[in-house]
Amino acid sequence: MNINATLIGQAITFFIFIWFCMKYVWPPIMQALNERKQNIADGLAAAERGRHEHELAERRAIDILHEAKEEARSIITQAHNRGTELVEESKGNAGVEGERIITAARAEIEQEVNRAKEELRKQVALLAVEGASRVIKREIDAKTHDELLASVAAQI
Amino acid sequence: MSGEIHTSSDYIRHHLQNLTFGQHSDGSWGVAHTAAEAKEMGFWALNLDTLGFSIILGVIFFYFFHKVAKSVSSGVPNPAQNFVEWCCEFVDNSVRGSFTAQNDLVAPLALTIFAWIFLMNFMDLIAVDFIPLLATSLGIPFMKVVPTTDPNATFGMALSVFAIVLYYSFKIKGAKGFLGELTLQPFGKWAMPINLFLEGVTLISKPISLALRLFGNMYAGEMIFILIAIMYGAGWVMAGFAGLLQLGWAIFHILIITLQAFIFMTLTIVYLDMAHQEHH
Repeated sequence: MNINATLIGQAITFFIFIWFCMKYVWPPIMQALNERKQNIADGLAAAERGRHEHELAERRAIDILHEAKEEARSIITQAHNRGTELVEESKGNAGVEGERIITAARAEIEQEVNRAKEELRKQVALLAVEGASRVIKREIDAKTHDELLASVAAQI
Repeated sequence: MSGEIHTSSDYIRHHLQNLTFGQHSDGSWGVAHTAAEAKEMGFWALNLDTLGFSIILGVIFFYFFHKVAKSVSSGVPNPAQNFVEWCCEFVDNSVRGSFTAQNDLVAPLALTIFAWIFLMNFMDLIAVDFIPLLATSLGIPFMKVVPTTDPNATFGMALSVFAIVLYYSFKIKGAKGFLGELTLQPFGKWAMPINLFLEGVTLISKPISLALRLFGNMYAGEMIFILIAIMYGAGWVMAGFAGLLQLGWAIFHILIITLQAFIFMTLTIVYLDMAHQEHH
């Protein structure tokens, strides 16, 4: 247990070991550790980015879906409106048509009536002339009173 | 041969004697065969066992770490690389935690200290008689297995650390700054001698406390192993009791050897951090 030159030998050995460690052991190991740390950090960042992108895509998909729904709804509303419009329009058309038909029928009826009246008038005038001619057959000439009879028929 | 053992105190003395190589009093060079002979050799002698074991352990450690470091990859690590990386990260975290400046020397230094001291301390867990007995049977008179129970080893390392601390103190703060730190605190410039005395004690106590803490812990631990080993010779009951004690102490000692290596490393980092800090 004496202090002797071992002290110096130990110190020299110690310095050699430190130098060796500093030169050949520590740097490559630390470099590998740092590289791996970097790799892991990159991987995590990439994963994060992927997740973010996925989220964005999902949001975009939802947006598109919404838009499509909105569009469909507006199309349906439009079609509905158009349908109602068509019904209204045809209703209107039908009314007008009916009116027209009715008017035409009325006019025809009136015509018929007028024609019938005319016919009747003629018949009545003929009958009256017949009657009158039968009554006054002998003295009265049909030709001289035709004028009178026509004016009477026009008055009826 | 005086390495023969007769009594308990001989046994202890034998275990605490290093294998010393130096110049005998008659002028010839060789290995000391008694403690007295070793003492006579004076300063210029080498403890072959301390140097041998510490160098072998250091070489084993660096061989393994260097082999891993050469084939290191940033991909999936194999178990050996995993272990090495775990060690390096542990040291790196300690350095980051206590060392605030920028210096590429500190982390490798800390790793060297931790691993080397741990391995040297670990020799304490090898049965206390095993290697000395082997050595004696090979004709080697003494063999002290644990290098850190030799104050030469601990002081060698502590003084090296101290030299590095002084080097960086001068380099970072400059001679003026460093001397100013020694003389102008804590009482201002009118109490310079007192300041110098106080700061000088603080400075000198760094390597001494480093060396003596490690040496003291390991020496005491070794001594307890030796005392337990003596109990084996005192009958069956005592031998059984000694077995239990040895097991308990060895388990506890695992904690101590790791802790001492860690303390030496942490204090080195802290001292170097202080050397890098400029304050006025």
